[in-house]
Amino acid sequence: MSFLKNHEKLERNSLLLLGFIIVTVLIGGIIEIIPLFRMETVIEPVQGVRPYTPLELVGYNVYIREGCYNCHSQQVRPLRDEVARYGHYSLAAESMYDHPFQWGSKRTGPDLARIGGKYSDEWHTAHMKEPRDVVPESIMPSYEFLLHQAADLHALDKHLKALTLAGVPYTQEMIDNAESDAMAQAMPERMDASGLQERYGEKVNVRDFDSQPAVISEMDALIAYLQVLGSMVDFESAKNVEDAGP
Amino acid sequence: MQTSGLNTTPNYNDDVVKLFTLATIFWGVVGFAAGVFIALQMAFPDLNIEPYLNFGRLRPVHTSAVIFAFGGNALFATSYYIVQRTCRVRLWNDALAMFTFWGYNFFIVIAALGYVLGVTQGKEYAEPEWYADLWLTIVWVVYLLVFLMTLINRREPHLYVANWFFLSFIITVAVLHLGNNLHIPLEFMNAKSYPVFGGVQSAMIQWWYGHNAVGFFLTAGFLGMMYYFVPKRAERPVYSYRLSILHFWSLIFIYIWAGPHHLHYTSLPDWAQTLGMTFSVMLWMPSWGGMINGVMTLSGAWHKLREDPVLRFMIIALAFYGMSTFEGPLMSIRAVNTLSHYTDWTIGHVHSGALGWVGFITFGCLYHMVPRLWGRKELYSLKLVNAHLWIATVGIVVYIAAMWVSGIMQGLMWRTYDDMGFLQYSFVESVVAMHPFYLLRVLGGLLYLIGALIMVYNFYRTIRGDVNYKEFKADGVPREDLYLKGAAA
Repeated sequence: MSFLKNHEKLERNSLLLLGFIIVTVLIGGIIEIIPLFRMETVIEPVQGVRPYTPLELVGYNVYIREGCYNCHSQQVRPLRDEVARYGHYSLAAESMYDHPFQWGSKRTGPDLARIGGKYSDEWHTAHMKEPRDVVPESIMPSYEFLLHQAADLHALDKHLKALTLAGVPYTQEMIDNAESDAMAQAMPERMDASGLQERYGEKVNVRDFDSQPAVISEMDALIAYLQVLGSMVDFESAKNVEDAGP
Repeated sequence: MQTSGLNTTPNYNDDVVKLFTLATIFWGVVGFAAGVFIALQMAFPDLNIEPYLNFGRLRPVHTSAVIFAFGGNALFATSYYIVQRTCRVRLWNDALAMFTFWGYNFFIVIAALGYVLGVTQGKEYAEPEWYADLWLTIVWVVYLLVFLMTLINRREPHLYVANWFFLSFIITVAVLHLGNNLHIPLEFMNAKSYPVFGGVQSAMIQWWYGHNAVGFFLTAGFLGMMYYFVPKRAERPVYSYRLSILHFWSLIFIYIWAGPHHLHYTSLPDWAQTLGMTFSVMLWMPSWGGMINGVMTLSGAWHKLREDPVLRFMIIALAFYGMSTFEGPLMSIRAVNTLSHYTDWTIGHVHSGALGWVGFITFGCLYHMVPRLWGRKELYSLKLVNAHLWIATVGIVVYIAAMWVSGIMQGLMWRTYDDMGFLQYSFVESVVAMHPFYLLRVLGGLLYLIGALIMVYNFYRTIRGDVNYKEFKADGVPREDLYLKGAAA
C-alpha cells in the first residue's frame, strides 16, 4: 500500500500534482517530436523541389483560406491502389516548404498531391466556376467568385520574408521581386518573365491561367498553385536511378 | 443566494457557473445546427453560398462551435461547479472568473467570424489565427490561475479525483495550444501568419496537438465531470479509488503518444507511426479502466437507472465512451487504417465519441446542475429528459451506422480492381455511392438537434420555476404512479 501512501502526497499538494502532470504529459511529445528536427533522417533530399513562386504562394493561401484541405488530401500513400489512382506516392521533400502542411485527413474529394498537369487550365476554371458543369455528380461548392476577385499581390515581399524566417530558402532577390514575379507569371505578354524563370527555374508555368488575360485574379493564383502540385519532382528521370538500386 | 441554508455551505460563486451553463446550451444548439447544415451541403451541394457559406469555411465553424464553444463552456461550467463543491470553498477571485467567461466567449466569436471571412491558419481544430490564439492564451492562463488558487484555498485535505482530471486538462491544453501555434505574423495589423514549422514537422506537431485536443479537451476534462456527477447522481462512492489513480496516470501518460496514428503511411518516418500505433492500442486499457470505474459506481444502485433518466444519460455516455475508445485503437492499427483513413469511417468514429460521450455526459451534468443552480427542486419535466435521451440516442445510432457503412464502402471502392487488374471505380463513383448515407446522416443529426431543443425548452420552463403537475405533486415530489419516481431524491 506504499503506492497509495505516496500518492497521497500528490493529492494533498496541488502544485506538486501540477508538476507531476506536466512531466508526465511532456515525455511522449518530446520523444516523438524532437528527433524530427534532425532533417537529414526525415527528409531525403530530392531534385526539383523548390519554394513556391509568389503567384503559387497566393494560390496556396487561397487554398487554405477556402478550407480545401477539409475535403482534399495531398498525400498519396505507398499503397498499390493509391499509386494506380494518383501516381507516385508522396515524398517528404515535396511538402517541406508547406507552412503548414496540407496533407489533409479526409477525401470527400480526390487527393490533389499530383493534380499538377493532369487537367488543363480551362478545365480547372470551368470546374471551379461550376463543378457540376464538368463533373455532374460532383458535390464540390462552386468558386466562381475567385474569377472576379483580384489576387492580393501588394504585400508579397512580407509573405516571403515571413517564410524565410521559418526556414524557406527565398533569396533577397526573390523577396525584392515578389510582386513583379507574381505579375509576370500570369501576364507574360505584358511583363518579362525571364527574371522569374531565372529565380525559380525554367519549368515554372508562365501563362494566363484563368482565360482573363487583363487581370490577375485569385483563380489565376489558385490554378497556378494546383498546376505545380506534385510536378516539381521529375519521377520519370528518377525512375532509372531507382530501378538501378542503391 | 445559495438555497441550502441547512449547514455551513460556503457561499459559492454560482453566478459565473450559470453564465457558462447558459453559454453551453446556446453554443450546443448553434454547433449542432451548423453540423446539420453542412451535412445537408454534402447531400445537396447547391446549398453552398459562395464565398462566406461554402462548406470549406463552415466546417471549422461547426467543429469549433461544438468542441470549443459547447464543450469548452461545459468544461468551464462544470469545473467551476465541481471545484467549489469538492474543495468546499468559494471560487478564487470573482472578477477574474467573470473575465474567463467573457474572454473565452469573445475568443469564440472572433474565431468563428474569422473562418467565415476566410481568416484561418489552415490546421484542423487549430484554425484561429495568431491574434485569437494570443487572446486565448491570456484567458487560459487566468483560467489556470482561478482553478489552481481555488484548489490551494481548499478546506478539504484531499484533492478529489475530478480535480486531477481538470488540472491535467487545463495545463496540457495550454502546452498543446502554445506548441501548435508557434506562428510568425506577417505584420502587426495583418491577420495572416505562417507557422514556424512546415512539412513533416508541422504534420507531427499538428496531430500531437489534434489528437490530444481529443485526449485532454474532450476526454480528460469530461472524465472529471464523470467522476463527480456519476457518483453524485447515483449516491454511491466511486467504484475504485485505486483504479482511478491507475486510470488517471496511465491515461494522461499514454494519450500524448497517440498522435502519429493520424499519419499512417504518410511521409512521417515509420518509427513515429509505429510508436503512435502502439500507444494507441495501449490506450484502450486506461480508457476502459475509466469506463468501468464509472459504470461500476452504480453497484448496488442499478435500479436508479430505471428511475432516473439523468443518470441514464451519463451511463449511456460511458457506453459510447467505451465503444469509441475500442474503435479508436482498432482504427489506429496500420492495416485497418489503410482502409479507414480518409473515409467517413473516421467521421463516424469521431461522432460516436462527440455525440455519444461528450454530448451525453454534458447533457447529464446540465440536467443535474440547472435545477440546483437556479434553486429549483427538480427539472420541469423528467419525461422530456427521457424523450431527449431516446431521440438523441436513435440519432447517434443512425449517424454512426450510416458513416460506418459509407466509410467502409468508400474505402473498399477505392481499392477494388477489375478482372484486368485496373481500378474498378472512378473516384466520383464513390461520391455518388455516398449520397444515401449523407441523407441518413442528416436525419441522425437532425434527431440529435431536436433532442437538444427539447432540452432547451425543459430548461426554459425549469428556470422560470414551472413544475409539470402531471409528473410532480404540489410539493415537488414525483408522483408515485410514474416510473420516474425517486429521480428527484
